[in-house]
Parts: sequence; structure tokens; C-alpha cells
Amino acid sequence: MSFRFAAAGAVALATLATSTTVSFAATDIAWWHAMGGRLGEVVNEISANYNASQDVCRLTPVFKGTYEETLTAGIAAFRAGEQPNILQVFDAGSATIIGAKGAVIAAEDLVNASGTKFEIEDYIPGVRYFYADSEGKMIGMPFNSSTPILYYNEEALAKAGVEAPTTWEEFEAIAPKLKAAGYVPLSQSHSPWIFTENFMSRHNLPFATNNNGYDGAKGTKILVNNDAIKMHFGKVKEWLDNGLYGFYGTGWADNQKPFQEGKVAMWLGSSGSFGGLLKSTDFKFSASQLPYWKSVIDEGAQTFIGGAALFAMSGKEKAQNDCVANFFSYLTSADVQYTWHKETGYVPVTNAAYETAKKDGHYDRFPAAEVGIQQLSLPAQDNTKGYRMGFYVQVRDVMNREYGKIFSGETTVEDAFKTIEAEANKLLARFEKTSG
Amino acid sequence: MKRVQFSHPLLPYMLLLPQLAIVAVFFLWPAGEAIRASFYLEDPFGFGSTFVGLENFSDILTNAEYMRTAWFTLFYTVIVAFFSLSIALLLAVKADAVIHGSATYRTLLMWVYAIAPPVAGLVGIMLFDLHVGPMRDFLAHFGWDMKVGVNYWDTAFVMAIIAVWKQIPVNFIFFLSGLQGVPKSIQEAAAIDCRSGTRRFWSVTFPLLAPTGFFLLIINITYALFDTFGIIDIVLKGEPGNNPITLVYKVYVDGFRGNDLGGSSAQSVILMVLVFALTIVQFRMIERRVHYS
Repeated sequence: MSFRFAAAGAVALATLATSTTVSFAATDIAWWHAMGGRLGEVVNEISANYNASQDVCRLTPVFKGTYEETLTAGIAAFRAGEQPNILQVFDAGSATIIGAKGAVIAAEDLVNASGTKFEIEDYIPGVRYFYADSEGKMIGMPFNSSTPILYYNEEALAKAGVEAPTTWEEFEAIAPKLKAAGYVPLSQSHSPWIFTENFMSRHNLPFATNNNGYDGAKGTKILVNNDAIKMHFGKVKEWLDNGLYGFYGTGWADNQKPFQEGKVAMWLGSSGSFGGLLKSTDFKFSASQLPYWKSVIDEGAQTFIGGAALFAMSGKEKAQNDCVANFFSYLTSADVQYTWHKETGYVPVTNAAYETAKKDGHYDRFPAAEVGIQQLSLPAQDNTKGYRMGFYVQVRDVMNREYGKIFSGETTVEDAFKTIEAEANKLLARFEKTSG
Repeated sequence: MKRVQFSHPLLPYMLLLPQLAIVAVFFLWPAGEAIRASFYLEDPFGFGSTFVGLENFSDILTNAEYMRTAWFTLFYTVIVAFFSLSIALLLAVKADAVIHGSATYRTLLMWVYAIAPPVAGLVGIMLFDLHVGPMRDFLAHFGWDMKVGVNYWDTAFVMAIIAVWKQIPVNFIFFLSGLQGVPKSIQEAAAIDCRSGTRRFWSVTFPLLAPTGFFLLIINITYALFDTFGIIDIVLKGEPGNNPITLVYKVYVDGFRGNDLGGSSAQSVILMVLVFALTIVQFRMIERRVHYS
């Protein structure tokens, strides 16, 4: 008895000793993120797996609320000198964090400094340069990357006897049939992202001066007031009036819900919505690439990523920075990327991970899961890498407001785009002065 | 009145110190910081800033959307304060007249007070939701195709109705205690002079309620201007779009979501001036007409 007790005690002590040694030797790094719900669980799993995979670094993920709240918390912490090692920042906030010279260490520099060679060519084309500087150096490490695609209810399309549209011209031809079959043909969850930013990219149209804003905030002007997009919004309003398009407010979920309930036949959302849709729908759905106007461009061009990236904050010790670089390498390894892709629907950011997913037969099982990455892998063109504009959250607010007014008939397309252009340029001019 | 004497001249200041320290740290210092920031355009991380003088103010005041928000805030404040006060007064008068089971009535009328504004917002948005709201189906019977989040005035209606519902109990409690403070002898004397209950109320009871009413008016204006933030945020689901917002919500949208420190500081300075002016007007102009004893 006493022997067993002693043995048990010794084992317990040994375990305690090992675990304490590990925790003392390990370098702690913190990661503030905005991934709630199921996404948050996957983030925690990835972190736990990372911690189990090595004993030099210990990563602690902390959920900080929405994208905006996470960025604001990161800024406040930075000003107080208590910033986390890794901060997740969303697409619209990238100009703010990249514009603040000295707030972050470029992911590329960080990885190179830790002794691993960084190769931007390892990443799939659509994610390479969105979070890069004007020379193409990667600043933020793309994390949850998604792109807008068209989801469709296969039963609804079969009932109406139509195929999913590849162009908006085709949509105009099939929409009345879907309406006749008892459906609202289309809804869409993010007018600035899908119908504006990616509209420009899909049609290879410039979105801002200064190389879409990448060459710096100085003198950057928005180019949103152009004929192609005005034609598009004119059409959308026409569809809305004829019952071919549903607008359920500015919120993401409000526009997704009618599709999940089977009232809306097709929905433009994020490739990252795939995992959630699988769980929340009881009909067969599939996806195809974001439609484009044949009258504007012959072949739809590449879209760019939405979602968010991980930024390594400056002002940290070398040991911690090396841990961040080490974690970035782990995170972008093919297996981890594939798990993330499979669990959430966000695209794998590296070519290797894409190959792994292909080899594993993921796309044979779920063809819709490949649509986003295919669209991001289309050949790059002049205006397809994204945009970089300051105070962009407010610019999106202005767009949402004016689009809401177009849809409710309070303003005309012509006036709305004049207002967006004027207010956005005013905001850009203000942003320019913040770095002065 | 008796004059209180302290043994040491510094003692009263010492006793006031904790309170003054709190005011200084949590009000004066941030207010000063906001005034300073309102003259700059600043990189949120603190790496750069440009002194722009009054440009932040002129940008705001020439912005059509800001003016629309200001007018809406005024309208919303008047509506919310008027309906919360008048409905609460009506309920208080009626509850005051109830003899049997008055405690139950009063408790039932008060308990909404315990609900936090965001929860009230959630309850409201569930009732009026575009997809699942039962009130939407109900109103559809009357031909009202209510679209919260899509139609500007429908959203405004829901924001007002939740804010009023949430505020009625507070006003009710104060009005009820005010009514119970009206001396029985005066009521009886009035009853001899006049048969009409309505007339007795307006010419005798209502003026005696004036101090309570004046106090509540200030409380309700402040509530509608500032404390409805939680309700508005929930109703808008964090995305204003083409929906009404109040000035305080705009400070949040530009400052906390948009990281425009200079612009939102200037907006809060404007709000500070407004509140300051409002307080002076209220105490100078209105209080003269109110008799406290």
C-alpha cells in the first residue's frame, strides 16, 4: 500500500515538475482575435495543437469581440504599451494598422529574421498582396481569407428549370423563372464588399488612384463614381422593384437568413460561409463564382480576399517575435491550413494546402468548397490585388447608407455615387493628415 | 438656516477631496483630452498627428449627414421624453386611484425598470424583427409592411417604442410618489370647489407635481440623448446603414469603430457644449416657473 502511495506520489511530483519546467522555460505569446462561435473553437483547437506540438512557445488566444472591437482594443493596448504579440485585423482596418509606421513588424521580415526563408510565391495568387506594402512585401499574415461567391439552392434552380448564372446577363434571363417558381431570386450580404470592392476587381476596374491606394495615403482619391458600377446599381434597383432581388437591411445575417430558410434561391456571400451553411440548411446547395457583366469584361477577373490577417505587433522581445514567426510557419503549414479550410470554409492560403485538400478528395465531396479558391487563383490583373484606403470603415458606412437610400427610393443612383465619392474623398483627405 | 462650523478651515476641503478627485480623473481630465484631440487629426496608434485648428468642427458642421443625425436626435429626444412622461403620468394617476390590489398593479408597472437597455433592445428587436417578429405579422393585418433595418422611419419607430417602454417605470415611480405627496386636505378642498376630476387634476394636482415633472423632464432628456445607446446599438445590429442614429451613437461609430479620434472628439465637444447650454436653459428659464414648496 505504502509503496503504491509512494509511487503515485513520485509520478505526480514528476509530472508537476515537468509541467512547471515547461511553463517556466516557454515563451508566452498572446493572440487577440475576433473569431466567435464555431470559428473561435477552431482557433482554440489550433492554438492547443500548436502548444502541444512544441515546448518552446506557449500561445494564448484571446477573443476580443467583433473585428472593430478587436482593432480598437489592440490600439488602446498599444498606446498603453501592453499590446498582444499578434493582433487580428480585418480588411477594412488594414490601412489604419499598416499606415501607422512602426506599429507592426512585417510578417515577411519577421519570418526571415527567425531564420526561415519567406516565399511569397508559396501563397495562392489572390491572397499575396492584399496585406502587402507597395513593394509587395507581406505585412499582415493572411489568416481567415474568404472571397465573395454565389451560393444557390439546387432544388430551387431545378424547380425553375435553370442553371446557376455565370454572368449578370444570364441572371437577368433566369431570374423571372425563379420568381415564377415562387422564390426571391437573389439576395446579398455585404454591398460594399461584394457589389463595390470586388465588383471593381472582378471587372478589373481601378478603385482608387495611387495604384488603388497602395502607393500611400497622400492624394489618394476613390474612383467609385464610374459608369460600370452605376449601371450595376441601376440594374439592382430595377431587380428589387420587380421582385427579382431581396434587400433585408445592412446586416450580414439578415440577408443570409432568407436563403437558409429556402425563400431566396441564390445568395451572394463569403466562401467562408460554407461550413455554417452546411449545418444550417436542409436542402442541397452548391456554389459558383461571382457573376460579372459580359458587357463590361469578357472574362471575369480574379477577386481578392476579405476576412482578416494576423499582424505581429512591434515592441516585443526577439524571443517572442521568433515564437510569433514560428507560429506563423505552423499556421501556414499545409495540414493546419487544410484543417482550417475544412472546418470553416475559409480558403487555404498556400498552394501546398490547396494541393493537400485536392489530394484528400475534399472537393470531390464538396465541390462548392473549391469555388472560392478557384476564383482567387484566376490570373492576376492590374486592379485585382485589392485596395488600401484609410478611414475605410467610415467609407463603407457611407456606401451602406447611400445604397440603402437607392433601394428605398430616397435617392438616385447618380446622386448616391456623387455623394459617396465626395464623402469618401473628404475622409481620405482627413486620413492623409493623421500620419503627418 | 443653521450655519455649520468646521473646527479647521481645511477640513471641508479634505472631506470633499475624494469626490473632487473622482470628478477630476473621470470627467475633467478626459474632457480636457477630448478638447485637445478635437484640434488634431491623429494616427490612432499615436505615431503621427497634424494640428488642424477648427477643421474637425467645420467638417462636421458642413456634413449633411451630421446635420440629419442632429435633427433626428432632437426629434427622437422630444418624442421619447414626451411619451415616456405622459404615459407614465397617466398610469400613475390611474394606479394612485386603485384601492384593491394596488401593490400588485404598482409592482407590475415597475418591473420593466430592472431590465438592462441592451436586453430591452433584444426583446424589442425580437418582437419587430424583419424575419421572425410577431409584431410585424400583427401590423401587416393593418396594412403596415414594417421593415426594421430597411425603412428609416420604421427603424426610428421601433427605437422610440423600446426606449419609451424602458423609461416608463422610472417616471411612473416618481410620479406615483409625487401624487402621494399631494396633501389630502388640498384635494378635498378642491373636490368641494369643483366637480370635474379632469379639471381638478390640471388646475390643482398637476401644478403640485411640477417639481417632480421638472426633475423627470431633465432625466428623460438626458436618457433619450445618451442612455438609449444600448437600445440603438442592438436595434441596428452594429450596422447603421441607412437607419437613424443619434449624435452619441455617431461619436461611437466614428471614434470607436472608425478610429477617427479627432473627428469624434470634436463631436463630443459639440455634445458637451449642447449639454452645458441645455442645463443652463433648464435651470434658468424653467425652474423659475416651478414652485418647490
